[in-house]
Amino acid sequence: MTTYVLRRCVQAVLVLILITFLVFLVIRLLPGDPILIYLSSQDIQTLTAEQIDAARAQFGLDKPLVMQYFRWIGDLFHNDLGVSIFYNQKVSKLIGERLPVTLSLGILAFLVSNVFGIIAGSISALRRGKWIDTVVTVIANFGITVPSFWMGILLIYFFGLKLDWFPRFGYVPPGTDFMGFLHHAVLPVACLAIFPLASTTRQTRSSILEVARQDYIRTAWAKGLRERVIVMKHMLKNGLIPVVTLSGIGLSFILGGSVLIETVFNIPGMGRLEVEAIQSQDYSIVQAVTLFIAVVVVLVNLLVDITYGLLDPRIRYG
Amino acid sequence: MTEQLIDPTTNTFNEVTPHVSELRRIIRVMASRKVVIVGVVIIVIMILVAIFAPLLAPYDPYKTNLRETLQPASSKHLLGTDSLGRDTLSRVIYGSRTSLMVGIVSIFIASSIGMFLGLTAAYYGRIYGAVVMRLIDALMAFPMILLALVIAALLGGGITNVIIAIGISLTTIYARLMHGQVLSVKENDYVTASRSMGSSNTLIMFRHVFPNCLPPMIVLITMQLGSAILAEAGLSFLGIGIAPPGASWGSMVNDGYKFLLDLPILSFAPGIAIMLIVFAFNMVGDGLRDALDPRLRGTI
Repeated sequence: MTTYVLRRCVQAVLVLILITFLVFLVIRLLPGDPILIYLSSQDIQTLTAEQIDAARAQFGLDKPLVMQYFRWIGDLFHNDLGVSIFYNQKVSKLIGERLPVTLSLGILAFLVSNVFGIIAGSISALRRGKWIDTVVTVIANFGITVPSFWMGILLIYFFGLKLDWFPRFGYVPPGTDFMGFLHHAVLPVACLAIFPLASTTRQTRSSILEVARQDYIRTAWAKGLRERVIVMKHMLKNGLIPVVTLSGIGLSFILGGSVLIETVFNIPGMGRLEVEAIQSQDYSIVQAVTLFIAVVVVLVNLLVDITYGLLDPRIRYG
Repeated sequence: MTEQLIDPTTNTFNEVTPHVSELRRIIRVMASRKVVIVGVVIIVIMILVAIFAPLLAPYDPYKTNLRETLQPASSKHLLGTDSLGRDTLSRVIYGSRTSLMVGIVSIFIASSIGMFLGLTAAYYGRIYGAVVMRLIDALMAFPMILLALVIAALLGGGITNVIIAIGISLTTIYARLMHGQVLSVKENDYVTASRSMGSSNTLIMFRHVFPNCLPPMIVLITMQLGSAILAEAGLSFLGIGIAPPGASWGSMVNDGYKFLLDLPILSFAPGIAIMLIVFAFNMVGDGLRDALDPRLRGTI
């Protein structure tokens, strides 16, 4: 097990290095002057050529690309993610403010999608062909089909405007008012969770059906074990292995979806920050947020893989 | 007599046509599920609508009419008009062109590059394979929509850049799946046999390995068409995608959002169009998977 964990950690570090490389290169090599990362395009029009050159030297943009990369990495380790041109604030401070918002909603959506997805998928598989299976399958197919941002608008229309059950926009931190947080979170979390929830349900259903066909399940029935024991101990334990892998991808979807959903519900999180930064060409934010989200995804996937190894010895020794 | 492999009179192999019977079997399995047929019908209708958009649309989708802005649904404008007086139905009809084009072209890009990278990485392995696959791993760490958003924005928006951005973002999944497929296929005896006969690597890869890896790829391509269309809608919704006045379902949803209380149809109609086409590709993809390779259930 230790070898397996070590091997996965080394791989993760390698991937993290590559990610920093990609984020750095994408921003530097694409059309446009890299000085735009540090100065707004308005400034560049008003400044003289000498002043721009001075700025270039100040930010090390006159050095070779490799040197620039290492300088940038060094800054990262000193928690220096640059300064936002638009907000005129440190990017690390902005992210510090926005991160808890995205994470609190994201974790909630992650829990909802996994818990309800596994329950719905198992029930659907165990009651195959019954009405409940049909209902779950139809809802799951709706979930992988509906554009999340459009579903947000539907929910706002029906539950916000017409029925007035939930707030239509905004965010309340769970620390200040937990019930208010939940009340505000219902609609956005539903939208963030819908796709991963639906795919978890579909995955659980098909993998439980697969497991139910195995010989050891027939043996368990033949031994006269109770249904509850067979389902909990034999079916779920084996059937959920592929579901665990999927949960890493689910988190990636939730974090990506926050770009859309935070825009729909006007929530001041990382996703909204990213979209605003892209619209105002605030590249230091774009760079930092993109990097940050990718790092979170890698770390969660590492955790998922380790869990996977714990659950399934075949993976550990494979 | 296509079923009989060996002719008993001459004891020689008959010319069999497995492809035809295999195709028939696939069609039979798929046609046995109503939902797959519904999906196929929706796709065919959407393609026809996209092709014949100029004939079907009652109005010019780009023509603004400031005397008829924000009209509710009526016999004159079946789905009402938007804030610039453009006919919503006509714009939904023309939007099918954007969605289908972005979907098809970006998946073509993603699948060609992805399959090529996965195929060569798994076939040659060694340092090349390791470097390619670690790069794919790194790219996969970025949520798909975020990656597409950043690439599209940095390239400057517009339909071509959206296609490129979505194409790049979806490449990884093809490379991954292809890589796994090739690793198992290349161990087959027919590959060894071909190599012992002196075939070149290129010949083995494209003549023997590639065709045997195709079935799951076809399933993935069908399903990902829906994802690509969803991604385009998302980018256009955020204002990064299709530039105005182009008709895109995603940007129509966003335009209509401002008038949600009075005219919900402006947002609802294009959203339903997105759902219909994505649903169709998902269902046909499901059907294809069950027909081609049921073992893939759950993995794709």
